[in-house]
Amino acid sequence: MFDVVVDIVLLTFLATTSFAIMRMTNLFAIIMLFGIFSLLSAGLFVVMDAPDVAFTEAAVGAGISTVLMLTTLALVKRSKEPYYDEAPKTHTAWLPLIVVIVTGSALIYGTWDIPNFGSADAPSQTHVARFYLENSLPDTGVPNTVTAVLASYRGFDTLGEVTVIFTAAVAVMLLIGGKRPKSVPKTEGEEAKDEA
Amino acid sequence: MYIAASLAILVTMGLALARALSGPTTYDRIAAVNMHGTKTVLLIAVFAFLSGRTDVLDIALVYALINFIGVVAALKLVENGNFHTSDHYDDDVKEGEPK
Repeated sequence: MFDVVVDIVLLTFLATTSFAIMRMTNLFAIIMLFGIFSLLSAGLFVVMDAPDVAFTEAAVGAGISTVLMLTTLALVKRSKEPYYDEAPKTHTAWLPLIVVIVTGSALIYGTWDIPNFGSADAPSQTHVARFYLENSLPDTGVPNTVTAVLASYRGFDTLGEVTVIFTAAVAVMLLIGGKRPKSVPKTEGEEAKDEA
Repeated sequence: MYIAASLAILVTMGLALARALSGPTTYDRIAAVNMHGTKTVLLIAVFAFLSGRTDVLDIALVYALINFIGVVAALKLVENGNFHTSDHYDDDVKEGEPK
């Protein structure tokens, strides 16, 4: 019962944060709000008994993507002050709004057929879950079933994922990281200052 | 008692959120995010004891670490204007208030 109260409060915070992110023009503040959004949703995952998802959300959403977005903001900043303000709008948002509304309606329509949360006859409970719950401990010796599936039954699949993530990380680090020579990344303001 | 504690933490999260929304300076927002992260850690910890799943405490620890890294990154950006220098050669960037 108390879970429901915490769920509702956290979801209210999430909705408030989302609306604020949509309405704001200060990009730095938006990144800060993205961090709060990740923390809130991760807390929500923990309350809904999905600690492994919350773990990923904490590491990726609150940690890595905040740093990546801040780095991107630092790289693409406007030369005009204040550099973290959004550029003025050049078009109306009707087409994206319609696309979002249609997609959202389709997704909500899709939830009508989903079995209830924790329902015993849901496909996720009746299909292969039973096999893994019964056999994963004697097969692999790993107490956590999810870890057994990810790291043992699907070990090669996970190895492929790790390779993809490693490649992406190397690419991102080449793009945004590393030391730069002082003369190369000049904005117009800096050139003007040097000439003066 | 755990329920009262989590309610108090939720109220504090709401206040931190209000500070992050209203600003007005960059440092207010960074402090609000840091505060919010701490409150999330506390909420998870209290909730772990409330539901008897104390293994969730590991996640609270990871949150504390990640929150720290995020705040340090944000402060470094505000201080230097970028992530690839430690000195202040990029003096065009104003520190502090956005507006």
